[in-house]
Amino acid sequence: MEDNSNKNSPVKERKIKGRVEIDIQKCKGCELCTTACKENALSLSETINIKGYHYIIANNDVCTGCVNCALVCPDAVITVYRTHPKKKRVDITPADIKEQIQTIVNPGKLSSL
Amino acid sequence: MQTEEHFLPDTSLDITSPVCNEDEYELVYHKPATMVDVSMHYCPGCAHSLVHKLIMEVVEEMDIQEKTIGIAPVGCSVFAYDYMNIDMQEAAHGRAAAVATAVKRLMQDKYVFTYQGDGDLAAIGIAETLHAINRGENILIVFINNAVYGMTSGQMAPTTLIGMKTTTSPEGRDTSFYGSPIKVAELMAQLPGAFYVTRQAVNSANAVRRTKKALQHAFKYQQLHKGTCLVEIIGNCPSNWKMTPIEASKFIDEEMVKTFPLGDIKLPKAEDLKNIQEEK
Amino acid sequence: MTETKLMKGNEALAEAAIQAGCDAYFGYPITPQSEVLEYLAREMPKHDRIVMQAESEVASINMVYGAAGAGFRAMTSSSSPGISLMQEGISYLAGAELPCLIVNVNRAGPGLGTIQPGQGDYFQAVKGGGHGDYKMIVLAPASVQEMADFVFLGFDLADKYRNPVLILSDGAIGQMMEKVTFKNYTPSKVDKSAWATTGKPKTRERNYITSLFIQPERMEQHNLKLEAKFKLIRENEVRWEEYNTNDAEYLFVAYGLSARICQKAMDIAREKGSKVGLLRPISLYPYPYQRLNELASRVKLILSVELNSGQMVEDVKLAVNGKVPVEFYGRLGGMIYTPEDIEHHLETLIQNQHAN
Repeated sequence: MEDNSNKNSPVKERKIKGRVEIDIQKCKGCELCTTACKENALSLSETINIKGYHYIIANNDVCTGCVNCALVCPDAVITVYRTHPKKKRVDITPADIKEQIQTIVNPGKLSSL
Repeated sequence: MQTEEHFLPDTSLDITSPVCNEDEYELVYHKPATMVDVSMHYCPGCAHSLVHKLIMEVVEEMDIQEKTIGIAPVGCSVFAYDYMNIDMQEAAHGRAAAVATAVKRLMQDKYVFTYQGDGDLAAIGIAETLHAINRGENILIVFINNAVYGMTSGQMAPTTLIGMKTTTSPEGRDTSFYGSPIKVAELMAQLPGAFYVTRQAVNSANAVRRTKKALQHAFKYQQLHKGTCLVEIIGNCPSNWKMTPIEASKFIDEEMVKTFPLGDIKLPKAEDLKNIQEEK
Repeated sequence: MTETKLMKGNEALAEAAIQAGCDAYFGYPITPQSEVLEYLAREMPKHDRIVMQAESEVASINMVYGAAGAGFRAMTSSSSPGISLMQEGISYLAGAELPCLIVNVNRAGPGLGTIQPGQGDYFQAVKGGGHGDYKMIVLAPASVQEMADFVFLGFDLADKYRNPVLILSDGAIGQMMEKVTFKNYTPSKVDKSAWATTGKPKTRERNYITSLFIQPERMEQHNLKLEAKFKLIRENEVRWEEYNTNDAEYLFVAYGLSARICQKAMDIAREKGSKVGLLRPISLYPYPYQRLNELASRVKLILSVELNSGQMVEDVKLAVNGKVPVEFYGRLGGMIYTPEDIEHHLETLIQNQHAN
């Protein structure tokens, strides 16, 4: 495994990381997810599951959590997780500071921000 | 390529709930709870199970599981009622539109949809389909077009492409004998009772997103009681096309869309959409 | 409120449907029963119920399936060629155990036939016109009053057994005009929530209506369940009427229009000195085998009179089981016998019997 702390490493430090879980007993090895994945994270196993299908295994190191694989999976066997999903911009300024700023900016006007 | 740990339980218990424990990860996608948690009998790569998933996602998101009734066809998806966790009726071959007509007319506040394949809708059921749409029944018709009869092992369908080989057109579909494939979406869009008609596919992630959007629209439009929504979906049939699922998806992009172009064929007018309420 | 009116058979049937609380009627025009659809098209909307002219009889029966599956009182009506179209739907309704009412205003056939009355659909109704092992409860009205009464009875029986019920009428009963009285009627309240598709609440599992049981073990179980139901029907729902059977030496067996004509034939025979009686089956399924067998012990000859080439006579023979000769008299093609025709035929048979 490559050392990620090396600045010359080709593996970039990702901001958004994804992770998939495959329900391998229900996977039928149709491989549609492998073409949907832009990161080439999915491939067919050597072993077979209880139904005799080769199932999909995931390389979660390179997964970005884009959900493409789960979308095209005909059997809905893929569960997707992601870090830093798009969140609403949260205003973290404390309320009393907001009022002080507002009086400086608009003297005489104390409306809530 | 290094592989992460993957699940290989020694029992055949299927995973029913997400188990990722690391706090920094948030669940982004999971099989909808409105699907029955069983293995589906469809072939690997089949479009049916994919579209079942999309419909059930919409039902879950709109929180209408209690208000939705589906009508299953005869065909590969005859067992749809084993996979969709909603009240369903199994219709006789081709008659789903008639069955749905009665159900919707008697229960106008429910969401009623039919789910049909090419033989069911366009061959034996063409009269019921056409008349239901002509009357403007306020139902959704989901039409899975894979140009072949799947369940009975690969005979020609009304939508089989010219030159396409099937068990009943072994030399390829010959127009002088069997005519041309029927473009159901274009045909039905001409009827005034058709409110929203679109043709989509599910052979790529973006196509799936567009199909999901189409289904969301179609379900919402039922509230308006302004006519029939017909969503035609070009689907894989890897088994009867004699291709792998990946090849089948390519076949759709390269061949199927030449006969069955994707896109919206009939859209509602803006003034008709004014009264849509968000169902939440 | 009891009201007595002069009505056409078909219209009495339609009015009864409204009063019986029929939620939905789906039909297609066909002579001689289009009046049912037309009457309902005028009157049903006033009661805020559904009436629809479907695009075919095939669509009609499947709409009935959908309505019945959702727990509503649904019915349809047609005449012989249309009933043939409905056979697949009827088989599905029986297989899926859906209650509904179907009316056949029998006309002569086969094929497009004629619009005149006939009774050639007996086999189709009673022995099963659709595929597979199933039965319908079959009621045969012989008057306009019964056209109305059997709608109330039919819906109740359908709900009681979760099975399709067929009213087997004919073109004459449908078209003739007689007095009919509508009494106060309280429909039996049947709870269908255990199986009807009304939308799955969180409190129960999903309901699904199907007649598909792909594993043979399951299918056999289902078939046996249906058979148990039909046995219960045979034990409890046999209906018939008798006329002058106490001292009868000869017996007519006839249903519907034929029974009406046989009543007159019986009167003529009695005037001439022959002791003739009439057994009129009201339920053609379940058939009054037992009663007919009892009467066979007391008579010398039984004559089955039908407007066909000999259909119910087979059930008569089954019932009689060889005790006494069973003969058949019929007309075809929409031709109707007169009472004199029937009486004369019986007389000939009696004379032949004496000669032997």
